Amino acid sequence: MNRKQKKALYRILIAAALLLAANLAPLPYGASCLVYAAAYLTIGWDILRKAALGVKNRRIFDENFLMAVATLGAIALAVVEGSGDFNEAVAVMLFYQIGELFQSVAVGKSRRSIAALMDIRPDSANLETENGLEQVDPEEIPVGSVIVVQPGERIPIDGTVIGGSSGVDTAALTGESVPRDVTVGDEVISGCINLSGVLRVQTTKKFGESTVSKILELVENSSSHKSQSENFISKFARVYTPAVCYGALALALLPPLARLAAGVPPAFGDWGYRALTFLVISCPCALVISIPLSFFAGLGGASREGILIKGSNYLETLSRVKTVVFDKTGTITRGVFEVSGVHHCEGRGEELIEYAALAECASSHPISQSLRRHYGKEPDRDRVRDIEEISGHGVTATVDDRTVAAGNDKLMRRLGVDYIPCHSVGTVVHVAIDGSYAGHILISDVEKENVREALAALREAGVEKTVMLTGDMESAARQVAESVGVDEYHSELLPGDKVEKVEQLLKELPNGGKLAFVGDGINDAPVLSRADIGIAMGALGSDAAIEAADVVLMDDDPMKIARAIRISRKCLRIVYENIVFALAVKLGCLLLGALGLAGMWAAIFADVGVMVLAVLNAMRALRTK
Amino acid sequence: MKKSYKIEVDCANCANLMEQAAKKIPGVKNAAVSFMALKMTVEFEDGAEPAKVMQDVLKACRKVEPDCEIYM
Repeated sequence: MNRKQKKALYRILIAAALLLAANLAPLPYGASCLVYAAAYLTIGWDILRKAALGVKNRRIFDENFLMAVATLGAIALAVVEGSGDFNEAVAVMLFYQIGELFQSVAVGKSRRSIAALMDIRPDSANLETENGLEQVDPEEIPVGSVIVVQPGERIPIDGTVIGGSSGVDTAALTGESVPRDVTVGDEVISGCINLSGVLRVQTTKKFGESTVSKILELVENSSSHKSQSENFISKFARVYTPAVCYGALALALLPPLARLAAGVPPAFGDWGYRALTFLVISCPCALVISIPLSFFAGLGGASREGILIKGSNYLETLSRVKTVVFDKTGTITRGVFEVSGVHHCEGRGEELIEYAALAECASSHPISQSLRRHYGKEPDRDRVRDIEEISGHGVTATVDDRTVAAGNDKLMRRLGVDYIPCHSVGTVVHVAIDGSYAGHILISDVEKENVREALAALREAGVEKTVMLTGDMESAARQVAESVGVDEYHSELLPGDKVEKVEQLLKELPNGGKLAFVGDGINDAPVLSRADIGIAMGALGSDAAIEAADVVLMDDDPMKIARAIRISRKCLRIVYENIVFALAVKLGCLLLGALGLAGMWAAIFADVGVMVLAVLNAMRALRTK
Repeated sequence: MKKSYKIEVDCANCANLMEQAAKKIPGVKNAAVSFMALKMTVEFEDGAEPAKVMQDVLKACRKVEPDCEIYM
């Protein structure tokens, strides 16, 4: 508890003691009135003050004003009727304050527990200077500096290891508990914890652009994107309070007037009391606090698992996902391509690989990367001119003054080269040199181990259709689709076709269903943004993916997709439970209050009780199995 | 231009009221208050001066919730 909360607690205790004294001690009327007044003012002075300020600022429909009117009204009634029973007024204030205190403690607690989950901000970095190590603020470190990370410390800035080797714990970012081994030449990502050895790291980014900053920024901004439920509640709160107030006014005036007209005693006191009961129930607190709290807890629970969701609106969309579309590369398969054969090249395999690697030296496509890896040397870019990348086809370039074309069947047809189709499954890179066919290189990708289980988990989470899209050939696509068990697949798609396919799938969605697209964040930004919700996998270290997607999975485990959906479903279920429960109790109390069946005691218990239960329910969203 | 500010506020409904009050200030294109993160994100109109606009925002917020604070 912070100071403010402690103060509130003391006030509650003092007021409760005074109230007890007023009831138990045999005091004369005047003296007991004074004790009641002391109790009332102890517990309610700040509310009276805020109510007065509200009136001054012409804002009468806030809960302070309403609580003030309800309790002062109850006191006035007690005075007029001469009952001398001020218990109700004091108790209403007392319970209202207890409710506020509970809410403040619960919210503070969840705020802290979520902040602790995302406690990956490094405080300082050990900069290597001429005078030895110096502890500095990570924000002050320029790109290219050398920092030293001791065992147990968090890596403050993204960089490359230039000395030492160690295991790094990525759990704070990915939820993955197995440490990653790094050694000289490896990239390390800020936010991870260095476990065993001392690492010398040359920074490749500024602190503000490092992974840790990007993630923190994303998490901190996520609650600014509000969901429909949250907007509904804030609109509802705007209408609810005034409506209840007018209802109270009508209840105080109309029935007595009707009774007067009918010739029976008006009973102003009785109806006035019922109207005041209305005012006690007029605070929309339970709803207004528990809905954002549920979303906040849901987002926090997800980020602990390495699932970053950019806003509560996306959490809401995610819970309605019926169709999941996968981009094959990097999601279903590892996206690690290996050259598995060179065919029809009449013994000139090395040369073929060399030309293809050189032609593709500027491309970031996974295929090009694996060609370069197989080539084994750094391609000499001076030998290459006029590189032209034709999206969905391949590359043409001039290498050593010979024209080289490397790409798929479509490229060969486009250039009018007779090619020999490949019979093995995989991605085929045909190579033509000086316009004549030189052979092809077979590259195949590896499936991830647990894709089948991941798809089953998706179905269990309520997803009705899984679709795989790929630019690969029909035969390769069919083999993968059958082996992992997707419902539908579409092959030989250009990047533009993928958007079209997603649009078509969007039209086929069942009513109210949403479509999620899962990609690895490389080359699929248009599709990620076209889908109802874009999920990027294996995003650790890839800024493009973090920018483009709505949901970012820090590692590349496909099981996390189903997990994200389960978390969102649970969170939304809690939200709806709270909305329905709070509304039902409030409306029920209003009705009973109007009929004279529930007094202020019942009203304040209902008000505070609903809030406490709703807050406790909301906290469940933090944990999902 | 978008900027976010740390805020101090006690109740969730007050946070909503602050958001609405901030949205009505000239120079503010859009505003979002997150009660959970205790953050106010303000998107300014082109050419508006954040420091000046935020003074008005704070004034308007104080009117709806006397105890609130925006750290600038």
